[in-house]
Amino acid sequence: MAQRQVLLIEDEPHIAEAIRFILTRAGWTVSVLEDGARAMARIIGDPPDAIILDLMLPGRSGLEILADMRADAALRDLPVLMLSARGQGRDRDAATRAGATAFLAKPFANGDVLDQLEAITGGGAARREPA
Amino acid sequence: MPFNNLVAVCLTYVIVLFSVAFVAERRAQRRRLRFLRSPVIYTLSLSIYCTAWTFYGAVGYAARSGLEFLTIYLGPTLVFVGWWWVLRKLVRIGRTHRVTSIADLISSRYGKSNTLGVIVTLMSVAAATPYIALQLQSVTLSFGVFAAGTPEGWALPDQGATALWIAGGLAIFTILFGTRNLDANERHHGVVTAIALEAVVKLVALVAVGVFVVWGLGGGPMDMLSRIDASKIAEWDLNPGRFAGLTFVSAAAILTLPRMFQVLVVENVDERHLATASWAFPAYLMLMSLFVVPIAVMGLERMPEGANPDLFVLTLPLSEGQGKLALLAFLGGFSSATSMVIVAAIALATMVSNHIVTPLWLALRREGPRAQGDVRGLVLASRRVSIIAVLAMGYAYYRMSGGSEALAAIGLIAFVGAAQVLPALIGGIFWRGATHVGAAAGLVIGFALWAYTLFLPSVGDAGLIPQIVLDHGLFGFEWLRPHALFGIAGLDPLLHALFWSLLFNTLAFLVFSMLSFPGPMERLQGVAFVNIYDQSPAARSWVQGGAEAEDLLSMSQRILGAEPAQHFFQAQAAGQGKAGFLPDTTPDFLARLERKLAGSVGASTAHAMIAQLTGGTSVSMQDLIAVAGETAEAKEYTARLEAKSEELARVARALREANDKLQDLSVQKDSFLSQISHELRTPMTSIRAFSEILMEPDLPDSMRAQYAEIIHEEARRLTRLLDDLLDLSVLENRRAQLNVSVANLHDLINRAVQSASSTQPERAFRIERDFPTEHMPIFTDADRLVQVMINLISNARKYCDAEKAVLRIEVKRRGKRVQIDFIDNGAGIPKKSQKLIFEKFARLTDQSRAGSAGLGLAICREIMTNLGGTIDYVPGQGGAAFRISLPLRRRDQRAPSDQPPESAALSR
Repeated sequence: MAQRQVLLIEDEPHIAEAIRFILTRAGWTVSVLEDGARAMARIIGDPPDAIILDLMLPGRSGLEILADMRADAALRDLPVLMLSARGQGRDRDAATRAGATAFLAKPFANGDVLDQLEAITGGGAARREPA
Repeated sequence: MPFNNLVAVCLTYVIVLFSVAFVAERRAQRRRLRFLRSPVIYTLSLSIYCTAWTFYGAVGYAARSGLEFLTIYLGPTLVFVGWWWVLRKLVRIGRTHRVTSIADLISSRYGKSNTLGVIVTLMSVAAATPYIALQLQSVTLSFGVFAAGTPEGWALPDQGATALWIAGGLAIFTILFGTRNLDANERHHGVVTAIALEAVVKLVALVAVGVFVVWGLGGGPMDMLSRIDASKIAEWDLNPGRFAGLTFVSAAAILTLPRMFQVLVVENVDERHLATASWAFPAYLMLMSLFVVPIAVMGLERMPEGANPDLFVLTLPLSEGQGKLALLAFLGGFSSATSMVIVAAIALATMVSNHIVTPLWLALRREGPRAQGDVRGLVLASRRVSIIAVLAMGYAYYRMSGGSEALAAIGLIAFVGAAQVLPALIGGIFWRGATHVGAAAGLVIGFALWAYTLFLPSVGDAGLIPQIVLDHGLFGFEWLRPHALFGIAGLDPLLHALFWSLLFNTLAFLVFSMLSFPGPMERLQGVAFVNIYDQSPAARSWVQGGAEAEDLLSMSQRILGAEPAQHFFQAQAAGQGKAGFLPDTTPDFLARLERKLAGSVGASTAHAMIAQLTGGTSVSMQDLIAVAGETAEAKEYTARLEAKSEELARVARALREANDKLQDLSVQKDSFLSQISHELRTPMTSIRAFSEILMEPDLPDSMRAQYAEIIHEEARRLTRLLDDLLDLSVLENRRAQLNVSVANLHDLINRAVQSASSTQPERAFRIERDFPTEHMPIFTDADRLVQVMINLISNARKYCDAEKAVLRIEVKRRGKRVQIDFIDNGAGIPKKSQKLIFEKFARLTDQSRAGSAGLGLAICREIMTNLGGTIDYVPGQGGAAFRISLPLRRRDQRAPSDQPPESAALSR
C-alpha cells in the first residue's frame, strides 16, 4: 500500500519540524508549505490525502484557503485539520464554519495530532507499528 | 585725479556695498530686523526711481528743455500724495495674494491666466532693456570723463570693456543677494539695505554739487536767481500738452515699472510704511530736483560750447578743480545706475522664471504627482540665468545703440512702454467687469503701437524701421506713418506715441472686457481684488476632496523645500485639530496652500500645480452664486455663519478622530489578549512537542542534541517576548529608569548601524550619512536612544523593498533639540497603516518569521516619549521615513510628568 500523503501548511519552522517528525514515524509522507499564498495551487496540483492547516499564515490566512477549498468540487471532502495558536473558542467556531474537519489548539500533545489525523482520514486503519 | 585712484575708490565702494548687504542678510537671519524693517529704509529703497537718468540726465534735460524735467518728479509726487489709496490697495493686494511681480498681479487678477503673465513679462523685458543699457552707458560715460580729464594723459579705456565689467559685477551682486530665497515674498534684506545706502549717497552727492554751485561758484541764492533769469532756461515756454503728458506718464511709471512694483509692493514689509513714504518720498524727490536748474545754468555759463550737459554734474566740479567733489558726484551717479539695474534684474528675472521657464518646464515634463526632485533648484537656477540674460541684453543694446542718444530720451521711451500696463492694472483693481480678453487685447495693442511708433524707431542710429516707412507709412499707407498716425503730423513723437498707444490700449481693454464673458475663476479673483478690504470669506477657489494630502505634501516639498513644507502642513493639520503632517484637503486648506506656493512660483503656476493634483474644475457653483448674489448684509451673515460652522467642523473633526481612536483602541485591547496568546503559544508549541519527543527512549543522540537546541531557542524567544512586554509596560507607565549621560550623537549612530548590521546581513544595503552634521554632544539615555535607532535601521533592512536598498540618515539641529530622519527608498507605508504602525502587535506583513512580535515601534514610541522626544512617520518622502526628535539635554530624569501619559492610560 502506498504511503499516505499529508500536506502541512505551517509558517513556524520548528513546529512544522516537530509535526513532520511525529507523522513520519507513523508512516505518513509529510510535505511542508510555509506560505499561504501558494497553498491552493499546490493542493490542486498534487492533492494529498489530508491537510494540516495553520490558521495564521503569511500571504493568506488558513480560513481563506479553507473556504477556497470547500468551494472547489474536487476538494470539498478533503479532510482538513486546522491548527491555531490563539486557541479561543472563536477560532474553533470560525474553523468549523469554514469547513474544517477537525480543530486543534496549540500547544498540543503529540499524540493528539496523530489521533486527529487518523480519525479524519478513516479511523485508525494504519496505527503505527513499532519500528 | 589719476584714473587708477578712481578705479580704487570705485572698488572700495563696491566692497562696502557688498558688506552692507551681507551684514543685513546676517541680521535678517538672526531675526534682528528692527532697523531693517523701518519705514525709512522702505522710503529710501523707493528712490531707485531716481536712476542715472535722473541723476545726470535731469541737468541735461533742464539745459535743453528748461523746467520740463520737473514732470519726472511731479508725476510720482502726485501719485504719492493724491493717489495714496491706490498704492495702499496695491500693497494690500500684493501682500494678501503673495504677488511676486507686476506680471503675477495681472495674471492672478485675470483668472490666473499665464498668457497674460507672459505678455506682461515680455513687455517688461522689452521696455527695461534700453533702460538698463542707459545705466551702463551713464557709468561708462562718467568713467570716460575722468579718464579724458587726466593731465597724465591716460588713454581712454575701452568703453565697451568698462560696461562689460560693470554688467558682470552687477550680475554677481544680484545673484548673490537677490536669489537667496525662492519665495519672492521673503524680502531681500541685503539688496534693499544696500539700495537704501546708495539712495543716501546719491542724494548727498547731488546736494553737495548743488551747494558748491550756488555758494561756491555763484554768490548765494539771490545771485543764483538772477543768473537763472539771465540764462536761456528762463526763456523756456511751457508746452501744456507735453507737460501734462509727461507728468501723466511718469505718474503711471511709478505704478507700472517692474522695478518700482518690486520695491513698492513685493518688498514691502508693512503696509503702514506707505504712510511715511507718502510724504518722505516726495520730499526726497524735491531735494533731488532742488539744485538741477542752478547746476544746469552754471554749466551752460562756464563749460565750453558743445560740452555734454548730461554730464554737468560731473564735469562742472572737475573743471573747477574740485576732484573730491567730482568723485562724490561720480559715486552718486554710480549708485543711481547700479541700484536701478539690480532691482530691475531681480524683478525681471522673477517674472521670466515664474511665467516662462517654470510653466514651460511643467508642460514639457508631464510627470506623476509623486515625482521627486527639487523644483526649487530649477526655479532658482532659471532666476539666476534670467538675471544674467537681462544684463546681457542690456549690454548688447548698449553696444548696438552705440551709446549716443541723450539720456532722457531712452528713459521716457521705457516709461511709455511700462505705462501700457496701466489700464489693465487700474481696471483690474477697481472694475469687476474687466476680463482677461480685454486685458490681453489692450496690452497687445498698446504694446504694438508703442513699439511701432516709439521704440523701434529709436533703436540704433537709424532705427529698426526703414526710412521709407517713416516717411510714407507701412505698405505705403500714409496714415500708418510711425510718427504721424492717421495723418496727424506735427505732434511731438513721444506725445504722439503716448496718446495713440494708451488710447487704443484703453479702448480695446474696455470694449473687449464688455464684449467678453469672464470665466468663474476670473470672477472670483476680480471680486477678491476689487473688494480687497472686505474680510469676506468668499473667493474660495477649490472644492473639497480630489487631492491626497500626501501628494500635495510631496509636491509642495519640491517647491518650498522639505522643511518649510512639512512645517506648513503640520501647522495646517494642527489648525484642523489633527495630529501629524496630513491635514484634510478642505477648500480652505487648498486656498492657503495655493497662496503659499504662489509666493514662490507665481499665482498661475501654483494654481496649475494644485489643479493637476485635485483634477477637474476648481470653482464650485456655490462660490459663483455667492459672488453673484452678494450684498453686504448677506455677506456678513454668511461670514459669521461660516466662522461658526468652521469652528464646529473643527471640533467635530477632533471628536471624530478621538472617537475613532477610542474605538480602535477597544478593538485593539480585545486583539491584544489574543495576540499575546498567539505570541506565547507559538514558542510553547515547539517546546512542548519537542519535549515529548525527547522523552522517548529510542532517539539517536544527534537528534536529541538538535531538538534540545530548538527547545532552548524557543525558550529564549519566549523570554525575549516577556521582556519586551514588561519593558513596554514600564515605559508606558513612565517608570523607566533612565541613565542620562553625555555622548556624541555620531558615536551613537555608529553603534546603532553596527548592531543593526546583523539583520539580514546577506542583503546589499547602503546607508548614507553626513558625518559632519552628526557631531554634537547629547545628554540622554544613550542605550535607549541607540535601541530606537537599531530598531529603525533593522526595519529598513528588513522591509525596504527597493532593488538597491538605501537608507539615508539625516541629522538636523533645531535649537535645543535634534531631529534625526531615517529615510529609505522602498515603497513606504500605505496611508491607512501609517497611524497603526506605532501600535502594539501592528505587524504589517503578518510575517512572524520576521522574528519579532510587532512590539518594536511601540517600544520606540514609548522610549522617545520617556526621553522627552517624539517619533513620527513622515509621509511623502519617496520611501518609508521615520523622524525622531528629542531634546539635546534631557531634563531631570525624575520629572516624568512633563507629558501626560495619555496613550498609556488609554491602552491599559
